[in-house]
Amino acid sequence: MQWETVIGLEIHAQLSTQSKIFSGSATTFGAEPNTQASLVDLGMPGTLPVLNAEAVRMACKFGLAIDAEIAEKNVFARKNYFYPDLPKGYQTSQMDHPIVGKGHLDITLEDGTTRRIGITRAHLEEDAGKSLHEDFHGMSGIDLNRAGTPLLEIVSEPDIRSAKEAVAYVKAIHALVRYLGICDGNMAEGSLRCDCNVSVRPKGQEAFGTRAEIKNVNSFRFIEKAINHEVRRQIELIEDGGTVVQETRLYDPNTDQTKAMRSKEEANDYRYFPCPDLLPVVIEQSFLDEVRASLPELPGQKRERFEREFGLSTYDASVLSASREMADYFEQVNATCSDAKLAANWVMGELSSLLNKEGLDIEQSPVSAEQLGGMILRIKDNTISGKIAKMVFEAMAAGEGSADAIIEKKGLKQVTDAGAIEKMLDEVLAANAEQVEQYRASDEAKRGKMFGFFVGQAMKASKGKANPGQVNELLKKKLEG
Amino acid sequence: MMDASDMHQLTLTQIARGLADKAFSAEELTHALLARIERLDPQLNSFITLTPEQALAQARAADARRADGETGALLGAPIAHKDLFCTEGVLTTCGSKILHNFVSPYDATVVEQLASAGAVSLGKLNMDEFAMGSANESSHYGPVKNPWDLTRVPGGSSGGSAAAVAARLIPAATGTDTGGSIRQPAALTGLTGIKPTYGRVSRWGMIAYASSLDQGGPLARTAEDCALMLGAMAGFDPKDSTSVDQPVDDYLATLNKPLTGLRIGLPKEYFGEGLDGAIAEKVLAVVEELKTLGATIKDISLPNMQHAIPAYYVIAPAEASSNLSRFDGVRFGYRCENPADLTDLYKRSRAEGFGDEVKRRIMVGTYALSAGYYDAYYLKAQRIRRLIKSDFVSAFEEVDLILGPTTPNLAWKLGEKNADPVSAYLEDIYTITANLAGIPGLSMPAGFIDGLPVGVQLLAPYFQEGRLLNVAHQYQQVTDWHLRAPAGF
Repeated sequence: MQWETVIGLEIHAQLSTQSKIFSGSATTFGAEPNTQASLVDLGMPGTLPVLNAEAVRMACKFGLAIDAEIAEKNVFARKNYFYPDLPKGYQTSQMDHPIVGKGHLDITLEDGTTRRIGITRAHLEEDAGKSLHEDFHGMSGIDLNRAGTPLLEIVSEPDIRSAKEAVAYVKAIHALVRYLGICDGNMAEGSLRCDCNVSVRPKGQEAFGTRAEIKNVNSFRFIEKAINHEVRRQIELIEDGGTVVQETRLYDPNTDQTKAMRSKEEANDYRYFPCPDLLPVVIEQSFLDEVRASLPELPGQKRERFEREFGLSTYDASVLSASREMADYFEQVNATCSDAKLAANWVMGELSSLLNKEGLDIEQSPVSAEQLGGMILRIKDNTISGKIAKMVFEAMAAGEGSADAIIEKKGLKQVTDAGAIEKMLDEVLAANAEQVEQYRASDEAKRGKMFGFFVGQAMKASKGKANPGQVNELLKKKLEG
Repeated sequence: MMDASDMHQLTLTQIARGLADKAFSAEELTHALLARIERLDPQLNSFITLTPEQALAQARAADARRADGETGALLGAPIAHKDLFCTEGVLTTCGSKILHNFVSPYDATVVEQLASAGAVSLGKLNMDEFAMGSANESSHYGPVKNPWDLTRVPGGSSGGSAAAVAARLIPAATGTDTGGSIRQPAALTGLTGIKPTYGRVSRWGMIAYASSLDQGGPLARTAEDCALMLGAMAGFDPKDSTSVDQPVDDYLATLNKPLTGLRIGLPKEYFGEGLDGAIAEKVLAVVEELKTLGATIKDISLPNMQHAIPAYYVIAPAEASSNLSRFDGVRFGYRCENPADLTDLYKRSRAEGFGDEVKRRIMVGTYALSAGYYDAYYLKAQRIRRLIKSDFVSAFEEVDLILGPTTPNLAWKLGEKNADPVSAYLEDIYTITANLAGIPGLSMPAGFIDGLPVGVQLLAPYFQEGRLLNVAHQYQQVTDWHLRAPAGF
């Protein structure tokens, strides 16, 4: 049987506010346990929450960026359950009246096609603390530094049809929140966390299958692997005559397995009700207008502009606009060299593989955008060939200075003096007289192949510095002549 | 200098005058009252914690401030706080075993404001556990006795506050009122007590019972003293999102406004079945008195009042079930011995730490919020709440104040209603509508029946605390119920 995968994602993005959503404590990651927990964060008797306006502003930014309805009146609700890292015994969240309503986000797949993924809602809530199970002699420790950190929970429609699409969607959300400056996107530190709702159904069937929720998958790679594993598990289960049960599962990257955590029957009744300590949040149109005016150019808009302005392909434009830093870098290279195609090729080619190899982010690139642009200028004005440029790039990456300085120091300037090239070619042909004879005796088809040999010898003789166009032209003349 | 044996008879207003005239110092007054509490409170059990050293230090500081030229009416005035106001460095139990060892790391806004006005806190007052009760019998620290008859309850939940003020142990106290917990004990002990408009007094540091209904306020012997206290307690607090950013009226300035033309409404629902006939007579006598002071009377109706008790006993427990979740034995308060695992820690800490009435309300509230019951109970109760609110809004288009009994019955015998929680819940019938609507309400003494005090309740539109205090003060200028002291105190 042919199966179709149906995926919906819940992404928790920690908002990068200075202070917590309902208290004045700082939100810095990695501080000593419980040093960033105030009376409110500790759930002390008698304490009360006060909403951080910046968290509301950030949620609105996100809502506007996904073209969503922003509720004029939204309400905080209490989600009640007991857990040691949940100090009040309830999480302040939003249930019936989320701040961000229905919206959507376009994702670009590797084959260049785009798909529109629906976003059901996004709501504000507070993060919990952390339970620490090491180093306490059989007891558990509680660190409440994270308790009260603002979260935006972004819930997608079940519009996603493969693990690859899921990854593309998470990447698009990741890029968007970073563009908006509302979340640092650091998945290793838990700033962006993902729950995947996965089900399968026979192709053509309209009704959804029973879903399992895979909790807290914290890297792009693991999202893909966890979903693929879960899809295989569900299909095998059904084909063996079993049924999928609605449950929460955990993905273990070490074994590449998901395992059951708790079933629907064991799920809490959270007893949501409007939080009586917080008034409904009323968002005025003037506030929204102000937020809208502050929005930066978004990834989709940037991609379209790159296609339109620079004539780049959809795929190239989407790669280059995937992060704000990447796009800024590319635009700076282009501003220096005024050649978008060359700039795109170098950023996506040599630069990207260098960064990959070194495990660096583009902000940490050893070659600055100005340096790369400067080098491309030297390609454009024929000072160096593309091949020499790779040497220059490596030298720049090794910190040897600007392209001009490296070309000067290493004597890499291209030879374009026709007389000098002719003299060099004469020497090459003389040294390979036998091959010249053969060439001249051959037919057109064979000559084509042999021509490359002479070009190679000539470039070798010039140590790569002869202008390849001139070498081709003059060599042809000499051999035919 | 005034004789120390008479100082307890003074009202706050008289104390302010005495301190200003240097008839006595705050330190002398504090010594006198501390000695009186030591001597008399064992009969009443109104205090959970006494803080003599801190009180004397505060009193000396107040005397020093006065010597530096500061005046303030509360400078050096002795008071005490209901034990659900957090007090830094002082045990704050909320009347519960689960907080038997909880020393608050911070002061409630009300505590801070009164302290900065120079009031001297003598200690923390007994109360129904987590403010759940109408008799002050649910306290882990034992029941409080009514000074008018030691075999009777003082009302609740601010029963310790009421008993201590009625017995002249202190001239005034803080209380809180979620369904009548200031007004009902004030009525049962012959005091004046006011529950302000929801949002008028900060709830920061007031341990929550039902957040949307809780409101702090004073209990004192006179309306004038309540005006003095409320002026210091009220005000916008940025730490409480539900507090209202509106200037506080000068309650003392309007006390002497004549009542000419005041339109008072008598809701027929307040004088129906369930009301002790003798109490009804006393209430109507107050009406006559107010008429002679210039008020006009109108019969009105608050048709949804009959639904108030069921609505209240859904909303308040629902909020409480969530508010009390933080008492889990993990971070503070009571923790059971040798928990086997996390679930055992939760279950036993809460089972051993909470008393029966608290557990009953947590269970009722949990049930009301459960999936499948939420609409039938919680949402329906909220609809009733809106109807009750609009009843008052309509009524206040016709009248300036609403008047009725504070309670349907006099103070009852200790233990009398323990077996039947619902009969105790029904004692709140006249007071809970003000909490559901958020309007201010005041109870003042209206006479005695068989030696037990009777209270009359006044209700006013939002933020008209000044009007309530004005009417009560005018009434107290022509009556002396509020001046009478219980025998032996």
